[in-house]
Formats: sequence, C-alpha cells, structure tokens
Amino acid sequence: MATVQYTAPDHFLCDELFTDEQKIVRGAIRDWVDRSVKPIIEDYYERATCPVHLIKELGEMGAFGPFIPQEYGGAGMDYTSYGLIMQELERGDSGIRSMASVQTSLVMFPIYSFGSEEQKRKYLPKLATGELLGCFGLTEPNHGSDPGGMKTNVKDMGDHYLLNGSKMWITNSTIADIGVVWAKNEQGVVLGMIVEKGMSGFTAPETHGKWSLRASVTGEMVFDNVKIPKENIFPGVKGLRGPLSCLNSARYGIAWGVIGAAMDCYDSALRYSLERQQFGRPIAGFQLQQKKLAEALTEITKAQLLAWRLGVLRNEGKATPAQVSMAKRNNVNMALQIAREMRQVHGAMGITNDYPMMRHMMNLESVITYEGTHDVHLLITGNEITGIQAFS
Amino acid sequence: MKILVCLSNVPDTTTKVRFKDNNTSFDANGVQWIINPWDELALTRALELKEGSNGVITNVSVITVGEAFAEPTIRKALAIGADNAYRVNSIPKDAFFTAFQIAEIAKKESFDIIFAGIESSDYNGSMVGSMISEFLNISSVSSVSAVNIENNEIKVTREIPGGKEFLNVTAPLVAVVQKGIAINPRIPSMRGIMTARTKPLTVSEAVACDSLTEFVNYELPQPKGKCKMISADNVKELVQLLHNEAKVL
Ligand SMILES: Cc1cc2nc3c(=O)[nH]c(=O)nc-3n(C[C@H](O)[C@H](O)[C@H](O)COP(=O)(O)OP(=O)(O)OC[C@H]3O[C@@H](n4cnc5c(N)ncnc54)[C@H](O)[C@@H]3O)c2cc1C
Repeated sequence: MATVQYTAPDHFLCDELFTDEQKIVRGAIRDWVDRSVKPIIEDYYERATCPVHLIKELGEMGAFGPFIPQEYGGAGMDYTSYGLIMQELERGDSGIRSMASVQTSLVMFPIYSFGSEEQKRKYLPKLATGELLGCFGLTEPNHGSDPGGMKTNVKDMGDHYLLNGSKMWITNSTIADIGVVWAKNEQGVVLGMIVEKGMSGFTAPETHGKWSLRASVTGEMVFDNVKIPKENIFPGVKGLRGPLSCLNSARYGIAWGVIGAAMDCYDSALRYSLERQQFGRPIAGFQLQQKKLAEALTEITKAQLLAWRLGVLRNEGKATPAQVSMAKRNNVNMALQIAREMRQVHGAMGITNDYPMMRHMMNLESVITYEGTHDVHLLITGNEITGIQAFS
Repeated sequence: MKILVCLSNVPDTTTKVRFKDNNTSFDANGVQWIINPWDELALTRALELKEGSNGVITNVSVITVGEAFAEPTIRKALAIGADNAYRVNSIPKDAFFTAFQIAEIAKKESFDIIFAGIESSDYNGSMVGSMISEFLNISSVSSVSAVNIENNEIKVTREIPGGKEFLNVTAPLVAVVQKGIAINPRIPSMRGIMTARTKPLTVSEAVACDSLTEFVNYELPQPKGKCKMISADNVKELVQLLHNEAKVL
C-alpha cells in the first residue's frame, strides 16, 4: 500500500537471476525506504541534518551487518542480498546507504574478521541492532588517496597504548559510539583498534558546509594522548591489508548502491517526460529526450549485470579487489552521469527538491571521491592489466 | 488460541492488466505477485495480537490456495512472522472452491480466529471469508476494522453506515477484515527472512470440489479521455466546456 510511485527498471530480466529470498530482501528494504526515508529525506537534506531516528529502524530491519553470522547478531545472508539492500537504501539517499555501509563493511566487518572473540561478542550484536553506531577512521588531513602515509600513531606503554593524531572526513564521527581507527605503531606497522566515545583526549568535531551527503554526518576524530587498552587492538591483522579489506567490502556495496540512485533518477525522468507536454506533445516523444532515457537504461542494465556477476563471484569467494574496484568506478560514474542527464529531462522542475535528482547528484560527488577516487580506481585497473603501479 | 490468516496471491497493484486467449483469461506474463493488501494487514494484526497476548495465542498460521508460484508470497508471510503455512496446490478457481479448500484444512486444525480480507485486489469477489464460516458452521463478522482480545473475550469493531458497531464474539469465528485493522503492513526484517527458511510450509493437494462459476470473458475499462487544461482565471471557458462538451451542467 505504498504511495510512492516507483517502477524499478529491469530491461534484461535480471529478476530471473535473483532467488525468491533475495527478491523478498529487496522488496522489504524498498518498502521501508518508501515508508521511512522518502517522505522525510528532502527536509533533512535541506536542513543538513542526519535523521538519527532511522538508526534504530535500520537495525530492526537488519540492514546493519546482513552478512555477519547470526550468532553475532547478523542475518547470515549472502553478498547478493547485501548488495540489494545497499541498492534500495541508496534509492532513498546515499547518506542513509553510507551509514549502513560504514556500520556493516567498515565497522562490523573488521571486528568480525580481525577482532578477538571478546571484541566480537561485546560489539557485534549491539552494532547489528543499532544500539551502537560505529565510524571508520582511516583518512587524514594530509593523507587521503595515500593512507599508507598516515601520521596517526600509537606508542606501546606496556599495559596500554597511547594514540595521537587526527582523522578527517569521517562518516558518522560525531554521532558514533565507537570508531575503528587505523594507526601506525613505533615500527611503522598499521594497527587497527576500537576507540570508544568518551575516552579521555578523544574529540570528534563536525565538518560543516557540505553540499553533498547533507543527511549524513561527517567530521573529524582528534586523538590527544588517548589511552587505548590493549584488548581494544585487533589481534588478527597488521599492515594496510586491514583497512584495505574493509574498503573492498564497502566498495562492493557501493557498486550496488549507486544503481538504486540511478534507477530513482531514471524512473522519475521517465514518468515526467511522459506527462510533460511541450509543443503539443509529451517531451518523451522527442528524439533527444529518448536518447537520454535510452542511454540511461542501457547504462543501468550494464551496471546491474556487473553488480550481479560481482555478487556471484563474492559469494563464491572469488571476487578480486581489482574487480570490485572496476565495478565501483564504473557504476558510480554511471549513476552520476544519469543523475545529471535525468535532471535535464525535468527542465527547471529538476532543480527543485520536488524531485530527487539534484540530491542524488550532489551525493554522488562524494561517492565518486570516497572509498577510492574515480582516478585511483582507474589506476588500480591499470596496475592489474600492466603489472606496473602508476599511483605512487 | 490459534489464528489462521488467509492469504491471496495477487498481482502487484501497479500491474498493467492484460488479458489473453480472446479476453478469457488474465495474462500473468511478467507480473509481480504480492500478498493481497487486506490480507497483509490482517496478518499484521494477527501478529500484534499474538505478541500482546502473554502467550494466550500460541500460533499464527497462514494459508494460500495457489500453485507453486505463490510460494514467495507465503515465504514473505513467514518472514513477517507467521509460524507456519499451508498451501493447497491448486488454481484458486473461484470463491466457493477456495473457501472449501481452506475450510477443509481449518476443520483439522480448529483455529479460534480465522482472518480473511474483505476482498482480494485481483478479482474483488468479497465472498471467501463468509463462505469459510458457512462451511465450518461458525460465526462470521464482516467489515471488521478492529479486533482486540481482552480477558479472553474477542472484541470486534465493524464499520457500518454512519458509524461503528462494537461486538463481543465467541470463538471460533471468521473475521472478514477491512482497512483500519492494522495501520501499516509489517515489513519483514532480514533476520525474519532467514528464519522463514526453517518454518514449516505444508503443501497438500486440493480436495475434490466443484467450482460453481464459469468465467466467460473480461473487458478492460475505456481508456481515460484526454485531459483539457484550462488556465485558472478562465472560468468562463470551463463552464462552457462542462455545459456543451461534457454535458454535466
Ligand atoms: C562525505 C565523505 C565521507 C567520507 N567518509 C570517510 C570515512 O568514513 N572514513 C575515512 O577514512 N574516509 C572517509 N572519507 C574520505 C575519502 O575516502 C577521501 O576523501 C578519499 O580517499 C580521497 O582523499 P582526499 O580527499 O584526500 O583526496 P586526494 O587524495 O588529495 O586526491 C585529490 C585528487 O587527486 C587525485 N589523486 C590522488 N592521488 C593520485 C594519484 N596517485 N594519481 C592520480 N591522481 C591522484 C585524486 O583522484 C583526486 O582527484 C570521506 C569523504 C567524504 C567526501
């Protein structure tokens, strides 16, 4: 009984590639987005406020850590389902999807993969329900694409570590209860650790003035001699492999998520072009508008097939970081171009918040930058092809 | 106490309806199937009642008369929270046939409350619920917009012209429910979807029963007429058109 008008395009009958269960997953999140996100998001976006009341709902829906095993509070689902969840959340808003991505892939995934049994039992069930919210601190003011150069560091003090440094552009930072933070030890080896809100010397100021992801919180994490108990360090990983494997999981979700944003823009443009009359007929009848719509559907279809195949590979444990990187890059760019073109189809109406394109477009400017920029992902593919690294 | 919720598997309400074979049957090609919206609300209310019953209601079952392609709809109901499901493996030929099959299962399981939607959004027959109660020889209340259980009494609200009617009803009964029975249908959670995998779904073959209706053919409504736009300050033209063209004034 949803009132939101939306028809997801499926030109190549991709639905036949999904199991009944995966379609129930997609339908559930789609219904939730229609009920809880669509009616409020433009308002929160305009006020640059994060709809924090959705955290609990996302937890209840099971959108946090769907692939984490049930014994730790997850749903124990496959990666295709995770992808479809991201797709539907991002049809609502990239900021809502970002919140779920960070919680799932950048916080729950590393705790599950590298954490001690105590860390898993202590944090995962509460992260799954949304009782706890997490953030991920890798990027620094002077180290974005080059995280290996990070300056944030820990000193071994015997019974604990002392953490110093700062992180920037951190999603959820000011509202998070815990942060998964990456810092170098005295030997220059990257360690992962859990920093808790309220630890002495830890502050998280908000970053204002964003024209993108306005319904998502972004901020800094500043560490001034923060005492980190040794049991908060991840025992299971050393080096950049830790954060990079988290990014790999999040990028996988983004490759799916942005399809939702693109579909939302396409659906809106198709509807509008059939209704809007100029020169005595619907603008959908003009070749130039059809070109925009036809190209959008073509690109969405390609992106769907790419994401679906990547999902199968990931379910089989065969998806390589280079494949994930290519899918993230291709699909985000696809969504951004479609948001721009579909906005034009709406003419002047397209610049207002009666329609979602401007919001998606502005959001996607972050999505094309975070989790590896558009350029860097191209260089990852270049490295894969030639065996020669061009980015350092 | 045990509750049974009747679920009909219907085309998504946004489906573009087409007919085939010379307009004698519905063309199901490419159709997305959903739980009949009234049934979904009934299921939601049944689960609310169970959760608020302090263990008095032990079981909420769902039943569908339908072929295998109705199973995703049943799985969704299990994911939403139903405890178990029955599927009678047959085309739901008409209301009489469907009600007969449901009554056959209900006889064996002795449910206290059977929920049926006031109509299904596909053929809108509005008969199955009342027919089930006839087959079972139990009470039936129609146009139900609220069901509550207080001190083991079943309290039912009916929508009647110009107001509401409040009844106390003794179990077993069939409640034929309409809008208002629950506010929003429940959305399955991811954990619910996974749990549904292990919930029992019993499939049985239909019991012999005549269907008493023969569908002759279908007709689509006339396409909507063209919309004429008249500017807001041009009342004169509007009145003229309503008078001369639409002939409603
Ligand atoms: C809204 C938002 C949320 C974010 N959330 C998080 C978070 O939760 N946690 C976190 O750790 N980080 C987060 N980030 C940070 C994000 O990952 C970084 O912004 C990203 O890695 C790019 O780093 P940078 O901004 O420093 O850009 P830079 O690395 O300075 O890049 C600037 C430009 O130079 C190009 N460039 C850089 N190196 C090369 C090269 N070798 N060859 C060619 N071109 C190059 C880039 O492609 C880019 O165009 C977030 C960012 C945003 C915008």
